[in-house]
Amino acid sequence: MSRYHLDHLQHLETEAIHIMREVAGEFERPAILFSGGKDSICLLRLAEKAFRPADIPMPFLNVDTGHHFPELNEFRDRRAAQLGGKLIVRKVEDAIAKGIAIPAPGEISRNKLQIPTLLAAVEEFRFDCAIGGARRDEEKARAKERFFSFRDSFGQWDPKNQRPEIWNVYNARLNPGEHMRVFPLSNWTEMDVWEYIKREKLEVPSIYFSHKRQCVRRSGQWLPVTTLVPPKPSEEVREIVVRVRTIGDIISTGMIESPANTFDDIIAEVAAARVTERGSRADDKASEAAMEDRKKAGYF
Amino acid sequence: MSHSSPPVIDILRLNTCGSVDDGKSTLIGRLLYDSKSLMEDQIEALERSADITGGGQINLANLTDGLRAEREQGITIDVAYRYFATPKRKFIIADTPGHVQYTRNMVTGASNSNLSIVLVDARLGVIEQSRRHTAIASLLRIPHLVVAINKMDLVGWSEERYNEIREQFEEFLPRLDIKDVKFIPLSALNGDNVVDASPHTPWYVGPTLLGHLETVHIASDWNLDAFRLPVQWVNRPNNPTDHRLHDFRGFSGQIGRGIVRVGQKVMALPGGVVSTVKEINTFDGPVAEAFCPQSVTLVLEHDIDVSRGSMLVGLDSLPGGGTELHAKVCWMHPRALQRGKKYFIKHTTSTVQAVITEIEHKLDMATLEAMPAPAELAMNDLGEIRLRTSKPIYFDGYSANRLTGSFIIIEQGTNATVGAGMLLPPTEVVKPESTDYTI
Repeated sequence: MSRYHLDHLQHLETEAIHIMREVAGEFERPAILFSGGKDSICLLRLAEKAFRPADIPMPFLNVDTGHHFPELNEFRDRRAAQLGGKLIVRKVEDAIAKGIAIPAPGEISRNKLQIPTLLAAVEEFRFDCAIGGARRDEEKARAKERFFSFRDSFGQWDPKNQRPEIWNVYNARLNPGEHMRVFPLSNWTEMDVWEYIKREKLEVPSIYFSHKRQCVRRSGQWLPVTTLVPPKPSEEVREIVVRVRTIGDIISTGMIESPANTFDDIIAEVAAARVTERGSRADDKASEAAMEDRKKAGYF
Repeated sequence: MSHSSPPVIDILRLNTCGSVDDGKSTLIGRLLYDSKSLMEDQIEALERSADITGGGQINLANLTDGLRAEREQGITIDVAYRYFATPKRKFIIADTPGHVQYTRNMVTGASNSNLSIVLVDARLGVIEQSRRHTAIASLLRIPHLVVAINKMDLVGWSEERYNEIREQFEEFLPRLDIKDVKFIPLSALNGDNVVDASPHTPWYVGPTLLGHLETVHIASDWNLDAFRLPVQWVNRPNNPTDHRLHDFRGFSGQIGRGIVRVGQKVMALPGGVVSTVKEINTFDGPVAEAFCPQSVTLVLEHDIDVSRGSMLVGLDSLPGGGTELHAKVCWMHPRALQRGKKYFIKHTTSTVQAVITEIEHKLDMATLEAMPAPAELAMNDLGEIRLRTSKPIYFDGYSANRLTGSFIIIEQGTNATVGAGMLLPPTEVVKPESTDYTI
């Protein structure tokens, strides 16, 4: 093999850095969506790779549902501060109070309420671009999405009318009120993300590693017991050794029983997995088109 | 959905194309299913939808047809990307639609491919769509082509039929520019010759489809002669705490061609001023040399005028440059391309206005012959045009280098991406504005 050769992670990395820099070059007010989850951790490392030694030329934005794992928010705030970035947090709770987000009667999940909260933040800061960590291997509606995903003035994605995307030449042109979602990790798989985190020696929130936690068994999943998810009288609370494979809200993220303590353990677990990453996310199971419907409305 | 394996060396990017009902999505579903790349919940979801809508029959196409309208109509509307790995390679598959309205998506799906699979229904043989897709693969200069002759079970696994279709292809292939073509008889529905060799084709001695994908030699796409760096972003730290960075000014971009070394002379275009590479910066530290397609930040010896849209080039081989361009195009929009119309074109990191000065010819899909002087190029047409830009662009012929030889055409007003352009080789190299151009 010649020395002028990139391995698969280096290929994915240079593709993503190129996209990050196109965003910096083409948009006036871009932001990076940063939750503290593993994918957005990679985004921030790619931003460092794209823009150092300068400051990362865009703020970090997070929509806080109020149902986040506390470990996630702690990590989010700490990592943003380490990088010297400006972190903007917009809360679903505040959006509800202002009447921007209106909960469906009886619905506890804040998942869909992230949409109006996010779109309100886009409007508030007049963001013309939001970089997200979504990957095409996660879900089949996402598998159809472009790197540069155009949103109309209502924030909507129109899957039947996407701009053709050819070579590495991205059309970033917008009219006023429209914005772009950009996904530099489109071609990354769950495995690539963990291999990259390991190669780059990145810190991740502790809940990705094995720990003891009180859980209840509900709808075939281990849910963490919290004030938001109190055990029902019929349910037995058990302390088990678990970790998260994917992080959603604390009320809907299934914990997986796992002894994985290191990146190598996690990578071995991903390799042996017989269900997809999002198999443990109740928000995706609502219907076959659950993700498509949310994305059309303006979801991440 | 990847399987771990000690060092996976490379990625094969491929796309599938064919007509409606040729079985593209089924073929990808079969590749994933038989290579054990599907997860239990995906199989369950398939089985669930089979019970509801499929009369109990699992529909492998539902794996890639991710949109509601696609499942309803049983067609693929947009490019779907799938990822899988075997112990030998990682794969990115773009499932590109065959429906005539959506040919533009094939260009999207195929533009970055190492290999294209063109599906042919064994009962129908070569049709216009087969020629169109093969012509697009040739135009995009995709190095490898697989002609998958599908539904062989429906023609009784006839070797004679297989040979007939092969001959139909070989009749028009010489008019195209594809060097490596492989024919494989298969049945995506039943899995014959996809991952496992079929007992029905004792007369076929070649590899299965997956066997071929795992072993096909993908010579590097990347050109290592003649350095080009389209500048994306100027790196200038604001108020750095590190005093050494006060005067830092770096030019960031992805190397579009060739190799760059510290100490090398480079020319900045437009303008033609020459300077020397002082540092090659990456987040992981400075390097002595870097190559295409790495992303780097260059620091030059002199403080010269370089910004987004500029190109830094090696002196050994200068690119073409100018405002009069000659290109092949694939038109992708219902509003036709017409002479005299103005568009934006985006070439590397530079966006300029352009007017179409001439439509020289378009390709007749039935014969693959050039038809001179058409009135316009309609959606899905391939042709050759001349255009004039508002500012010079600096380029290579697409056949020599994809990243500096390609551009997209953007409609003014709607900002829709309406065309893909591939530049013909420059007739002369760029002439710097001043003869004494060295600082």
